[in-house]
Amino acid sequence: MTATALKKEMDSVDTQHTEAWQKVCTKADLVAFSGVAAWLETAEGPAQVAIFYLPVGPDTPSLPDHSTELYALDHHDPFSSANVIARGIVGDLKGATVVASPVYKQHFRLADGQCLEDESVKLRTWKIEFKDDEVWIEG
Amino acid sequence: MSTQQQLIIIGNGMVGHHLVEQLVDNGGLERYQVTVFGEERHRAYDRVHLSEYFSGRDAESLALCEADYYAVSGVELRTGEAVIEIDRDQQEVVTDQGRYPYDRVVLATGSFPFVPPIPGNDRDGCLVYRTLDDLDDIRAAAENATTGVVVGGGLLGLEAANALRGLNLDTAVVEFASRLMPMQVDNEGGELLREKIEALGVQVLTERATQRIEDGEASRHRMVFQDDKVLETDLIVFSAGIRPRDQLARDCGLEIGERGGVVVDNQCLTSDPAILAIGEVALWNQSIFGLVAPGYQMAKTALSTLTDGDTQFGGADMSTKLKLLGVDVGSIGDAHGNQNPGARMFRYLDPIKQEYRKLVVSSDGKKLLGAMLVGDNGVYDTLLQYYSNGIELPDEPASLILPQSSGAAPTLGPGALPETATICSCHNVSKGDICASIDAGAIDLGGVKGDTKASTGCGGCTALLKSVVDHELEARGVEVDKSICEHFAHTRQELYDIVRVEGIKTFSELIAKHGNQDTHCLGCDICKPAVASILASCFNEPITDAAHIPLQDTNDTFMANMQKNGTYSVVPRVAGGEITPDKLIVLGEVAKKYSLYSKVTGGQRIDLFGARLEDLPDIWSELIAAGFETGHAYGKSLRTVKSCVGSTWCRYGVQDSVGMAIQLENRYKGLRSPHKIKFGVSGCTRECAEAQSKDIGIIATENGWNLYVCGNGGMRPRHAELFATDLDDEQLYRTIDRFLMFYVRTADRLQRTSVWRENLDGGLEYLKEVILEDSLGINDELERQMQSVVDTYQCEWADAISDPEKLKRFRSFVNDDRPDPSIIMTSERGQLRPA
Repeated sequence: MTATALKKEMDSVDTQHTEAWQKVCTKADLVAFSGVAAWLETAEGPAQVAIFYLPVGPDTPSLPDHSTELYALDHHDPFSSANVIARGIVGDLKGATVVASPVYKQHFRLADGQCLEDESVKLRTWKIEFKDDEVWIEG
Repeated sequence: MSTQQQLIIIGNGMVGHHLVEQLVDNGGLERYQVTVFGEERHRAYDRVHLSEYFSGRDAESLALCEADYYAVSGVELRTGEAVIEIDRDQQEVVTDQGRYPYDRVVLATGSFPFVPPIPGNDRDGCLVYRTLDDLDDIRAAAENATTGVVVGGGLLGLEAANALRGLNLDTAVVEFASRLMPMQVDNEGGELLREKIEALGVQVLTERATQRIEDGEASRHRMVFQDDKVLETDLIVFSAGIRPRDQLARDCGLEIGERGGVVVDNQCLTSDPAILAIGEVALWNQSIFGLVAPGYQMAKTALSTLTDGDTQFGGADMSTKLKLLGVDVGSIGDAHGNQNPGARMFRYLDPIKQEYRKLVVSSDGKKLLGAMLVGDNGVYDTLLQYYSNGIELPDEPASLILPQSSGAAPTLGPGALPETATICSCHNVSKGDICASIDAGAIDLGGVKGDTKASTGCGGCTALLKSVVDHELEARGVEVDKSICEHFAHTRQELYDIVRVEGIKTFSELIAKHGNQDTHCLGCDICKPAVASILASCFNEPITDAAHIPLQDTNDTFMANMQKNGTYSVVPRVAGGEITPDKLIVLGEVAKKYSLYSKVTGGQRIDLFGARLEDLPDIWSELIAAGFETGHAYGKSLRTVKSCVGSTWCRYGVQDSVGMAIQLENRYKGLRSPHKIKFGVSGCTRECAEAQSKDIGIIATENGWNLYVCGNGGMRPRHAELFATDLDDEQLYRTIDRFLMFYVRTADRLQRTSVWRENLDGGLEYLKEVILEDSLGINDELERQMQSVVDTYQCEWADAISDPEKLKRFRSFVNDDRPDPSIIMTSERGQLRPA
């Protein structure tokens, strides 16, 4: 499937969300099994986004729901109020793929941003996809 | 509460303090307002381990409670205030500072050292050994002394002799009786004890009655004995027994025993029911109990009496297990066999190994009445259980004291002990109490200790307690889980061995081969940094290599210390704290250019705060160009080697401490370890580098270097322990190589050397055997491994700034060059800080 074809399919499926998909970087900017930060202009204003890349391949770990290789969450850590989530360690805890805040070590689920230590805290998440070697976020 | 009664405790020693703890823990304070008077300026401290005051422990670490324990508990402690009278008519206790009304009084004044009435016993430098202040006096007197004599060869006398040895004095022990420790051992045992103690360089003189002490010729004093023989010495410590401090009781007319001691009944009541006496001042059934365990039992009895309970004191077992001058001595029950007519004795003497064991057995051969051990206390715990629980002896009782190779009976396992068996006599904890603690939820040794206080007194039951706890946990099917996290069913130590033995070089290989099958295999923020550290210790590949970078904590990833606002601090290495003016200027210029807050660290270097992620590579390019290298302030690795200025400048220095510090810092920089490691090197015994608070402390001597290990500052300060003396430079490096690698191999994750050492089975002696005597035969390997780390060192920052791939991560945003706009600084005292 070409990038254009994929984008068309996305647009047609996601009719309620009209925000444009944006290209943020390329695969070469990512760090495997770790995170980088990106600056995103969204309809609600600018956002700092942490992007995690868990490549799937013959030599990589098999993970639950590892259909996706990319995750995008708030870069902002609500516990320390610093923008640092992308610099946390990625891991899995009790079956969930998580990132640990590098400041006070709370864990956030990559799939939905839920904090495991405090159920009232949840990071925002964004849809994120590869389009060939480019990384695109909906926001 | 208006109904509260006034309870005054006179004496803040171990027993008096124990009574306070009993009152606090058992609701005694609802009924009593408690005031404690202590004559000494220190709050209660551990007198059992007093001689450790000369081997590194200070008053604070010997204290039995935290400084605020009394205040927090609501008990008034008046230290440095001696009671001078008990006015029974007015029911008031009188001190030099006032009069205090009482409803009840507990006398816990303890005892004082007996000084024989010898002419000259009050000369300067004639001292006693009982309190911390006494020890300060001894230390002061030892400064200008080369020889010391202890008068008295009993338990306390040998303790005092150990203390004098610790002060580097040529030490002699003078005993009136025909052998050392006449109370605890017989002639054979005494002879063995003498041989062992003389082998340590302590002179032993028995059957010596000192007639007078006068001016010496070569030394300060001359002791003249009954046969006109003389002994010259600079310092004399009297330790010829103790006497109850019963003067207050005498003055107010309480009943006193013929040879002293306040007479008490089974409730610890004196002849005045308003007044109780406990501990070494109390005379029960014509006996004074000079050990801490019976004192604690009396304290519990006193609590019961004060709160209308019915606990009675029924005497106490005087069995005791000691290590005096490194020599094991054990005494159980009727050790001499002279209190039980018809008793039979078994003796075993090994003149080569210098071990002596004796059993006193009932005439029918079924019960153990007493035992005596010199040289090896290995069977003490087992024998004590036979004795105190009346367990029937095996058919051949001698098998209990024969060497293992001659088919000796196996030791009495914890399973064979009855529920009533006392495990910890200091706190009177039975096996049943331990089982109850486990049933109530304690899951490990620490939990049981916290619940029951077992093994927190003299510590003599540590091994037995552990075996009982382990046995009971196993019996309940509890497998003590030491796994590092859910991804590995291994301890850090096991993972380390796996990595080394199998040569595994990446996390992914390790988790694929040895990870838990039922968890997922990304790892987590516990195991990943731990494995990263192990891999670095073993192979020393750059931590920023692609295979390792996802494992690192953010500090290691960005080779800087993350601060609370997401910025980093930068600490270049300043080996030994020595820095040229040019380099200082560079630090200042870099700090100015990148608006960094500057602060001098405790480790003699300079910390530059507030560096933005994207500025780190530029900052480091400039620092490296000026000759700096990374300081590993972000890593679990060698931090600094702090030094004093040493013999180069200092009038007192005896070695070049700065030179040595730089050598050491350059040798061990970059070593990844279970936790951070700090060194200190002092150029003389004044110890200006505070080396004894470091993981590795080195203090110069006239002949080389003394090595101290496993100290710590921080949250739980611990003095480093003397490990080896008068090493030359090469010996020092070798010894530290081995020590550090052994620590790297065997410590838990994030376990500093101090905690590692405290958890090490066998303690300091074991560590010395491994490192100094090569008891495990691993020293060549440890040295090789360290040499490989030293040889493969490279500055991580120099490596990173030469690799564009590694620098990619040092961007605030992958798609935007702007710095993080939410980092806001404000100005304070001329520098920037987070707003």
